Amino acid sequence: MNNNKPKILTANEASMIVESSVIKRRKKDARLKTYGRIAIGLAVSFLIFLFVSIFSKGIPGFFQYYVTLDVYLDRDRLDPKGDLSPESLYNGDARSIVLESLYKVINPKGRKEKKAAKKIISTNADVRISKMVLDDPNILGKTIPITFAVDDDIDSFLRGYIKRETPSSERRINDTVIKFVDKLSAENKISYKFSDYILTGSASRSPEIAGIKGAFIGSLLTLAVCFIIAFPLGVATAVYLEEFAPKNRITEIIEVNINNLAAVPSVVFGILGLAIFIGVFGMPRSIPLLGGMVLALMTLPTIIISSRAAIRAVPPSIKDAAYGIGASKLQTIFHHVLPLAMPGMLTGTIIGMAQALGETAPLLMIGMVAFIVDIPGGVTDPGTVLPVQIFMWADFAERMFIQKTSSAIIVLLVFLIFMNAAAVILRKKLERRW
Amino acid sequence: MNEYSLLIILLLISTLWFYFGNKTALSLKKKQLKLNSLPHYYGIYVALYSFIPALFSYLLILVFDGILFSNLIIEFVPKEILNSPDFNKIIVLAQIDNAVRGIYFGEQPDWVTIASNQMIEWNYHSLILNFFCSISLALGIGYLGFKNINEEFRSRNSVEKIIISLLGLSSIIAILTTIGIVFSVIFESLRFFAIIPASEFLFGLIWNPQFEGAERAGSGQEGLATYGSVPLFVGTFLISLIALCVSVPIGLFSAVYLSEYANKKERSIFKPLLEILAGIPTVVYGFFAALTVAPLMRNGGSLIGLDVASESALAAGFVMGIMIIPFISSLSDDVINAVPQSLRDAGYGLGSTKNEVITNVIIPAALPGIIASIILAVSRAIGETMIVVMAAGLAANLSFNPLDAVTTVTAQIVTILVGDQEFESAKTLSAFALALTLIVITLILNFYALHVVKKYREQYE
Repeated sequence: MNNNKPKILTANEASMIVESSVIKRRKKDARLKTYGRIAIGLAVSFLIFLFVSIFSKGIPGFFQYYVTLDVYLDRDRLDPKGDLSPESLYNGDARSIVLESLYKVINPKGRKEKKAAKKIISTNADVRISKMVLDDPNILGKTIPITFAVDDDIDSFLRGYIKRETPSSERRINDTVIKFVDKLSAENKISYKFSDYILTGSASRSPEIAGIKGAFIGSLLTLAVCFIIAFPLGVATAVYLEEFAPKNRITEIIEVNINNLAAVPSVVFGILGLAIFIGVFGMPRSIPLLGGMVLALMTLPTIIISSRAAIRAVPPSIKDAAYGIGASKLQTIFHHVLPLAMPGMLTGTIIGMAQALGETAPLLMIGMVAFIVDIPGGVTDPGTVLPVQIFMWADFAERMFIQKTSSAIIVLLVFLIFMNAAAVILRKKLERRW
Repeated sequence: MNEYSLLIILLLISTLWFYFGNKTALSLKKKQLKLNSLPHYYGIYVALYSFIPALFSYLLILVFDGILFSNLIIEFVPKEILNSPDFNKIIVLAQIDNAVRGIYFGEQPDWVTIASNQMIEWNYHSLILNFFCSISLALGIGYLGFKNINEEFRSRNSVEKIIISLLGLSSIIAILTTIGIVFSVIFESLRFFAIIPASEFLFGLIWNPQFEGAERAGSGQEGLATYGSVPLFVGTFLISLIALCVSVPIGLFSAVYLSEYANKKERSIFKPLLEILAGIPTVVYGFFAALTVAPLMRNGGSLIGLDVASESALAAGFVMGIMIIPFISSLSDDVINAVPQSLRDAGYGLGSTKNEVITNVIIPAALPGIIASIILAVSRAIGETMIVVMAAGLAANLSFNPLDAVTTVTAQIVTILVGDQEFESAKTLSAFALALTLIVITLILNFYALHVVKKYREQYE
């Protein structure tokens, strides 16, 4: 080998070798580009798949099947005491009035068929009638058509989830019920329309009347508490750390602390709430006040970090001008720096609030998972929030709850989109470039 | 008359003080005296002077009377209940508390009625005391502040001092939160390790807290419940690993493409799209994993003859991977963008293709940041709760098979602490020990990520 002189290439040969290697190298380049495209394509298609699967289940969840019956509202039976008070109506016989008008359409024979017919209409029918009578007592004594939600099994049957072909023993509804439902459909008594319950009802074990109003109000209350605590505290901390804090050990510890808190898993904040707020201070469980406090501690680092960035972005010339005309440091900050930094701070706060809105785990630990039918009227009433409601409904076995869960998710996502859009608009509208 | 009306009264008093302070300052000004500060600073000074001590005493009484009373009320519980083996302070207190609020279920024992009447009386006294203390503080100290007003007094400086110390106080909250977290976890963990040896917790291979048949210590029935946390950590590790297998390649390739190949328009479309993935609540991912992905995987597995559990680590890990894609892609994208253009230009100047510049120049230069982003994603994955609670199941199998059902640390914490619990039992305490290890692990990861970034950050500047 040593004796061989290095082979000298002619210009032509050299350019041919380079050419072929360039083709290879370009191919490699194109390959990397393709990998990048595939990666982004995959990520985006996951996103689309997620949305399609949620929306395809959730949109039908906003609708449900109703049966329309001509009901004779018998005054004596509905209102036995005759004073139209809620308890008199509660003692009334609305349920059997509804059933009788149903029997008139489908003519069940014998006890067995009547028992089957009872399964068609939601158990909530009597509440609906009582409410109608309370709203307008003049309808008593008249015969009027009223629509009632059908039971969730019938709903699933009408949607085709419960198949006619399945043997009767494996179906949740038997042949007699199917016969009656067919009869109702043949008489045009069954309709499919926007659900009365999904947006205005509260938690219930019967999926056909379950709604998200209670959880939605709970979410609003919790977020309000979270904002009232976290925003002033976060802004105050940011102002202090940016403008006043002496450069010493304590300041350093505070800063490290805030960064660490941002990294702590959210479930740990739930433990904090459980051990300190409930365990030591004896606060009641399940209340939006407590949930808001826990979420406030969780979002505080986000707000502090973004507020500090916003304060830092205000140019020193503004401050210098204020100092120049004799403002004190505090006046400079409150009259000039804070108003200019406010859009940035609000953007960070809204993003933090959006995180808090979607947070579930810490709220599970402080008992917001309890089954609460009443809609909370204040921050100290027990309540739940949207994500926790979603978590609870996802656990229920009834087919209809899957759709209701997806509908609740859609509401939550719309809520989140609004918040994030607000943040983006705020940033675009109010942010000034210096 | 309740706590809220007292707060409003306090606010009214300080508003009045503001008015008086302001008025006095204005009248001084009318006498052609040269004031040190603007008149309203005198008002604010008096108002703050009256409100802050009063608020402090108000909160002090409000928070600590409950704690004091709940300790005193135990005196009213009969001896035989106190000494009975299933005595539970929390339940007894809740019983009395319900009686105070007038929520009854059936007949109450006599002592509950007596105790609750006593409690109502105490609460009333404490409210009166609170009214008296707070209002007299608001009036008294407010008056002291009011007397300070004269033309020599530098009210602005005092107001600013007060406000700055308030700002400083609010930054303490962050420290208090940390202290609260540390204490709540360490305190309970120590009690747990007093019952269960730490060696069993750290190295035990079976996690089975469900059979808490009897008291473990001293009852002769040892070994009914076992608290070996290894299966949980293996499960956490397995799911995080699957998540990383999904998110690291997708995240990194996306970041490289977006920062090096994509034009402005593509970037403005795809970057926000990827970030949407991070904004979706985890409970939505959990629902998606449990109801869409898991059945898909089970059916797909049975098609090719694999037996996939209905709550498999694979489904949970896969969905978690989707969730953390943006953490990796966004952070890496920022780091890659931060690589100085001169390095790229040097590479191109030597005739390199984009691919060569990326693999030989940009990636090595951005590596610390990329590693940091992956570490942060790992700490995210370890701390993630809802996806695993909903999709990975609760069976503490010691298994490295991604097709099995496994459980994680966070999922166990949630299942143990949700709902009713006895604070004294080893089962409840074990959740705190798990949380302690979780915090320690995430903090170490976080510190390490920051360290990596810090150490290599200025190499190319």
